[in-house]
Amino acid sequence: MNAPTQPSIAVRLQAVCRYFGEVKAVDHVNLDIYDGEFFSLLGPSGSGKTTCLRLIAGFEQPTSGSIQLYGQEVANVPPYERDVNTVFQDYALFPHMTVGQNIAYGLMVKKVPKPERERRVSEMLEMVQLPGMENRKPSQLSGGQRQRVALARALVNHPRVLLLDEPLGALDLKLRQQMQIELKAIQERIGITFIFVTHDQEEALTMSDRLAVFNHGKIEQIGTPTELYEHPTTGFVAGFVGTTNLISGDSARKLTGSPETFSIRPEKIRICPPDTPTTDDVYSVAGTVRDAIYLGMHTRYLVETDVGFDLIVVQQNLESSSADIQTTRGSRVKLLWHKDSARHLTETE
Amino acid sequence: MKPSNPTGRASLGLKIAVGLVLLFLHFPLLIIILYAFTTEEASFRFPPPGLTTRWVGELVNRADFWNALSLSLAVAAVATTLAIVLGTLLAGAIYRGNFFGRDALTLLVILPIALPGIVTGISLRSAISLTDMGFTFWTIVIGHTTFCIVTVYNNVIARLRRTARSQMEASMDLGASTFQTFRYVVLPNIATALLAGGMLAFALSFDEVIVTTFTAGQQQTLPIWILSQLTRPRDRPVTNVAALFVIAATFIPILIAYRFTQKTGE
Repeated sequence: MNAPTQPSIAVRLQAVCRYFGEVKAVDHVNLDIYDGEFFSLLGPSGSGKTTCLRLIAGFEQPTSGSIQLYGQEVANVPPYERDVNTVFQDYALFPHMTVGQNIAYGLMVKKVPKPERERRVSEMLEMVQLPGMENRKPSQLSGGQRQRVALARALVNHPRVLLLDEPLGALDLKLRQQMQIELKAIQERIGITFIFVTHDQEEALTMSDRLAVFNHGKIEQIGTPTELYEHPTTGFVAGFVGTTNLISGDSARKLTGSPETFSIRPEKIRICPPDTPTTDDVYSVAGTVRDAIYLGMHTRYLVETDVGFDLIVVQQNLESSSADIQTTRGSRVKLLWHKDSARHLTETE
Repeated sequence: MKPSNPTGRASLGLKIAVGLVLLFLHFPLLIIILYAFTTEEASFRFPPPGLTTRWVGELVNRADFWNALSLSLAVAAVATTLAIVLGTLLAGAIYRGNFFGRDALTLLVILPIALPGIVTGISLRSAISLTDMGFTFWTIVIGHTTFCIVTVYNNVIARLRRTARSQMEASMDLGASTFQTFRYVVLPNIATALLAGGMLAFALSFDEVIVTTFTAGQQQTLPIWILSQLTRPRDRPVTNVAALFVIAATFIPILIAYRFTQKTGE
C-alpha cells in the first residue's frame, strides 16, 4: 500500500452517547479512525473504551449520535451486517466445534463452498502459526493458541476493520510481548484497520499509530504515542500515560512564578550536587533524597524538595551500582530540568 | 477445622443408617417386583408359594391396559414436546431480556410445581368446565404441560447462564443471523439440558395422578388404571406387573437424564 496523502476515514463517531440508566458509559464521543490505522482505545476499567468498541461492533446501540463505517451510517445496523469482526477478551471460541469449524464459521453461515472454506481455514492457520491444528478442540489448546484461533476466526471473513477487546489480557508477560509484535506484523501485512482496546498504557504506546485516552466516558486526548507522552493536555493523560510529577498551585508558583499546573516526567529531571550552578533555561529546586529504588536498568528516587513537595526522579544506571545507590539516601541534591520539558496542562484532576 | 474422621471413611453406624434408609425407600419396590411373579392370586403370603410369569401373559391380553398405556405415552410425549418448545422460548426470553414483569413471570412459571397438584387440578377443571371443550386427551395434555414446562425451563436457563454471552455475540459478529446463531451455537450448548429436562418432564407426566384425575374425562391413563385396579383384589398380580412397566418407563429416562447432566456439569 502506498501511503495515501488523504487517508479515508474507516470509522467515524459523532457525538455518540451510550447511557445505562444513570450511568454515562460513553458520553459525547467524537472520533475519526483512518483506514489502515492501528488505533488504540486506552483507559482505566469503566472508562467507556469497551462500550465504545461494542458500539462499533453493533452489540450496543447508541443512546444518541452517529456511527459511520466508511461513510455509511450503521448505528442501527445489526452486527451480522457490519463489515467488522471482533476478537473477544475471553476469545469466545465455540467449545463444541473444532478449531477448523470455529475458523470456518463465518464462511459457513455465508454458505461459502466447502473446498474454499478449507483452503481459507488452512491459510489462516498458516498466518497465525498454527498449521495443521484444524481438528483440535478449543479445550485442547493453550491460552496463547486460543488467542491465535480467535484472531484467525475474526480475520477469515476479510473484514475492513478488526476490533480487539483486550485480547492479550489473559496472557503472561512473555507471550504478551510476543503477541504484540505478531499482531502488529499481521496488521501491517494485511493493511486493514485495527481498533485495539487496552488498559495497559505501555501496550498502547508500543503498538498504536494513534490512540485515544478515555476517562469517565469521554475522550481526554487523541494523538500519536509521542504526542500523548510528550505533550499531554490534561492531568489525567499525563498521569495515565507513563509516570509523571504533577505540580500545581503554590508549589508551581514557587518554581515557575505562575500557579499554572504543569507536568514533568521523572526521566527529564537531572540529579546534581547541591552546588551546581543554574542557567536561565532550567528550573531548579534543592531537596533531600528520601528513597532510592534500584530497578536494574534505572533507579527511581523520591526527593523531598525544600519548598514542600515530593518529586519522583528516574535516572539511568550508567555507572552507578546497587551499592552506590544505597548511600544516596538522605543526601542533599539539586534537581534541574529544562524549561521545555515541563508541560503546562489545561486541566487537572 | 480438624476433620473428625481423617480417613474420609464413614463409620459403621453411619453405614448401617444409610443402609436402613435405602431399604426403607426401596423395599416396597422389591415387594412389587416379587409379587408380580407370585403364584397366588389374591392374598400376599411371604414367602410366595411359587413363582410364575403367567400374569405377564394375562396383562398382555388386557385391552384396557394397552389403552391406558398408550394414552399415557401419548400424553407424556405431547406434553413433553410442548414443554420443550415453550420452556426453551421462555428461558431464552428471561435470559436475554430485561423487560417489565420479568421477575413476576419467573415466579409464575415455577408456581405450578410448587402449588399442590390438587389446586392445579381443581382450578384447571373449573376453567375447562367454563368452556365447551369438554374433557379430552388435550385437556390432560394441558394439565401436564403446566408442570412439565418448569423442568425444561429450569434446565435450559441454568445452561444458558453458564454459556458465555460472548459466544452468541461472536456468532452474530461473524455474520450469522439470529436463527443461525440459535441453530449453530445456542442449540448445541443447550442440547443436553433439553434432553435432561425433557426426560424429567416425560417421567413426571407419565406417572401423574392428581392433575390427571381432574382433567381427564372417561379416559384412563396408566396410573389411573392402576389406581382403579385396587378395587379388584383378584387382579393384584396383574397390577403388580403393570407397576413394573411404570417403574421401568420412568426410571430409565431419569437415569439417562442424570447421566447427561453429570457429564456436562464438569
